[in-house]
Amino acid sequence: MADSASTADTAHGGADSPEANRRDFIYIATGAVAAVGAAALAWPFIDQMNPAADTLALASTEYDLSQVPEGQQVVIFWRGKPVFIRHRGAAEIAAAKKDDGAALRDPQTDAQRVVQANGQPGKEAYLIVEASCTHFGCIPTFGGGPYGGWLCACHGSVYDTAARIRSGPAPENLKVPPYVYTTDAVVKIG
Amino acid sequence: MSGPSTYEPKTGFERWLDKRLPIFRLVHDSFVDYPTPRNLNYFWTFGAILTMCLVAQIVTGIVLAMHYVPSVDHAFDSIQRMKRDVPFGWLIQNVHAVGASMFFLAVYIHMFRGLYYGSYKAPREVLWILGVVIYLLMIATAFLGYVLPWGQMSFWAATVITNFFTAIPVVGEPVQQWLMGGFAIENATLNRFYSLHYLLPFVIFGVVVLHVWALHVAGQNNPDGIDIKDKSDTVPFSPHATVKDLFGTAVFLLMFAAFVFFLPDSLGHPDNYIPADPLKTPPHIVPEWYLLPFYAILRAIDFAVGPISAKLGGLFLMVGAIAVLFVLPWLDTSKVRSMRYRPVARWFFVLFVAVCLALGWCGAQQPDLIVAQLGGVQIKVTQLAQLLTAYYFAFFLIVLPILGLRETPNRVPDTIAKAIGEKKKTPVAAAPDREA
Amino acid sequence: MLRSLVLAALVAAAPAIAIANEGADRPPKLEWSFEGPFGTFEQAAVQRGFQVYKEVCASCHVLRHLSYRHLGERGGPFVASGKFNAASGGWEDIHLGPPHHGGRLVPAADNPYIRAIAGEAQITEIDRTNGQEITRSGRPSDKFVSPYTNPYQAAATHGVAPPDLSLIVKARANGADYVHAILTGYRAPPAGEGAPGGAANLSYNKYFAGHWIAMAPQLTQDRVVYSDGTQATPTQMAHDVVTFLAWASEPKQTGRKRAGFAAMIYLTILAGLLYVAYRQVWRDVKH
Repeated sequence: MADSASTADTAHGGADSPEANRRDFIYIATGAVAAVGAAALAWPFIDQMNPAADTLALASTEYDLSQVPEGQQVVIFWRGKPVFIRHRGAAEIAAAKKDDGAALRDPQTDAQRVVQANGQPGKEAYLIVEASCTHFGCIPTFGGGPYGGWLCACHGSVYDTAARIRSGPAPENLKVPPYVYTTDAVVKIG
Repeated sequence: MSGPSTYEPKTGFERWLDKRLPIFRLVHDSFVDYPTPRNLNYFWTFGAILTMCLVAQIVTGIVLAMHYVPSVDHAFDSIQRMKRDVPFGWLIQNVHAVGASMFFLAVYIHMFRGLYYGSYKAPREVLWILGVVIYLLMIATAFLGYVLPWGQMSFWAATVITNFFTAIPVVGEPVQQWLMGGFAIENATLNRFYSLHYLLPFVIFGVVVLHVWALHVAGQNNPDGIDIKDKSDTVPFSPHATVKDLFGTAVFLLMFAAFVFFLPDSLGHPDNYIPADPLKTPPHIVPEWYLLPFYAILRAIDFAVGPISAKLGGLFLMVGAIAVLFVLPWLDTSKVRSMRYRPVARWFFVLFVAVCLALGWCGAQQPDLIVAQLGGVQIKVTQLAQLLTAYYFAFFLIVLPILGLRETPNRVPDTIAKAIGEKKKTPVAAAPDREA
Repeated sequence: MLRSLVLAALVAAAPAIAIANEGADRPPKLEWSFEGPFGTFEQAAVQRGFQVYKEVCASCHVLRHLSYRHLGERGGPFVASGKFNAASGGWEDIHLGPPHHGGRLVPAADNPYIRAIAGEAQITEIDRTNGQEITRSGRPSDKFVSPYTNPYQAAATHGVAPPDLSLIVKARANGADYVHAILTGYRAPPAGEGAPGGAANLSYNKYFAGHWIAMAPQLTQDRVVYSDGTQATPTQMAHDVVTFLAWASEPKQTGRKRAGFAAMIYLTILAGLLYVAYRQVWRDVKH
């Protein structure tokens, strides 16, 4: 048995024989096919944690802007979070435009704050921003303060009439969510 | 059983780890170099298949738990949401539901294998008993899990089974209320069933570890029931058994997939697509197919015996049907392990399998359905079930003890290698270049 | 021997565990486009079926597990494709049917057919500012409106609550055949047989267990006017509404079967490769 082992080494399934190559090919092919299957099997388990269809269906909210009188703001829910829709008066818009060149922590012109998601200009009368202070997420209140805009009571961040950060600890302007005007009066957020 | 460890750490890391936590050594000794009998047939792949089923159920179950809501008002809807809105939720839910049936199919084949080849006999008694413990835990898990969808069958099957506790004298009703957390199956019950359904599979996993440990102490049985004598009887577990297990698992998965993708509702009951209604009893309350034999035994006892009511008698026998499995190693007196060499026992076994299947059929029928008419005598399902139950217990309590002492078994070969040689009527010619 | 026993058992047990429709005739076996491993839904039939549901059934039966947006899913009655215009953020060239040749599936929220259907529904909600009940027109994300405020009202109106139809095809033995049989199974009762207890609201139905059903016959000739001109015979309407309900019971079923086809091919290849590997490993071992 021992001496036949050495002759058997190459003649019959040894490390360098054609049989060995075929054998290795079978194992590698099987392993590869199994690996592909394992990956295909793993994907559903990962994907199932993604938002489900009913959650995604609520990813957009539509709102009829004609319901907001001038000088008023409404708070609506978008993706489970509050969003301000403010119908600005001419004075507020003018005040915002005046400070377009001022030293801003997060520089943006007023026109940039009312742009639609598709790049087209929106309506400057309607400012739509997420009602979440960019410091730690409290909801700011409108009115009072030196810039005529919002004030966050938690740590004293102050925003102007274009919801840009003017003083206080918040690092950025209130976030403008992506929105599109589907008709003249109806905006679709998200 | 396998002798001293043959593991040689190759890298520096392996040597370092081997001195601190010899896990590679354990894996090597148990699943790589482990001597496995050469003559195993495909029935021995079911251990791996069962492991795959357990892992599949646990993984799909944990994922389902991310979406399921255990409340009577939301349970049914949350499962529909899973099937309609959660990405791939339909697939994961189907695998879990079908997987339970596949798990039981595999475990029954595994158990019948053990019965036929004498795998329960010394020195594997503890291995067998651990297996019965796993089976019991599986039944409990399946029962708890079936309640969770909160369909008509879920609710009413739970009601029927918990009602059986009232048959126990004195403590029956308080125990039933303790189990339910109330006076009927409601939110309290659903929540605790969910908690326990999540827990038990991990208990099963633990017992499976003990089961595999016990297996490795005694070593595998084999279809000829002959002990391993030396190395020529065995092959290393890897790659020989692993590749065979993988192939067996792949074939099993083909059947599994056929049900998951093409026949997902065929193993269930349409009534479970109706939300539970405590005011409306379904016309036929039946458990899932894998519990039907026990249901048949339970219902077969429709007569009281002395102070024992019919309900209590049925409960006794249903529990007894599993309890008898625990003592099986001591009931069978045969010196020969495998029924391959026990020609008379083999026929009793075949009859036993047929009886189990027939009991399953009885469990699905209405008890007063007429099965046969002999002259003027009508045999109903209940009578048939009584006959079948009698054989079930007779097989364990009468046939196996007596047959071992009476039967003349065939001659058992001395070694596995000889058994393989005798099986192949013409000797296999050695490959020419192997001649010494 | 053991193996063939197990296989024979599985084959034998299957019909034995089938559930009988006691106290009624077995529904006739019909051919359905969605049955079998290669079944599909014909969009025109599902649309007609939805129209029957809306005009005939919706006044009494809820579709509890469906939202309007589901109607735009693949296989659904109003699945539509089109081209997305990134500049305007809108969809163009919208037409019914699944996407072919470069078109994309229009999301239900943007699908005009679904917006129209949802818009017809009136949804009652609580106004968060004043706590009052308000009604608004439906959106695709809303669930199908129930004709009742609560289930007890449903039972009180009809004697027994009309069952939810979103799962009816799965919740009955013989599924689609059974529902079709019920809808077309109304007959004059046999001579001398009257409704149990003389109840006036029960009708005789050949295929309903116990024969007396609380729903009066609904599918009368031309009850619905099909927009595609198909003759609305009772059998046609029954066929269409059952096709719609079969889709509603599992909107993802065609996708499931397609995935199954791929899975079976893959597993067959894998099993074949593993068998060859197994034979290779065991080549020189007598066993």
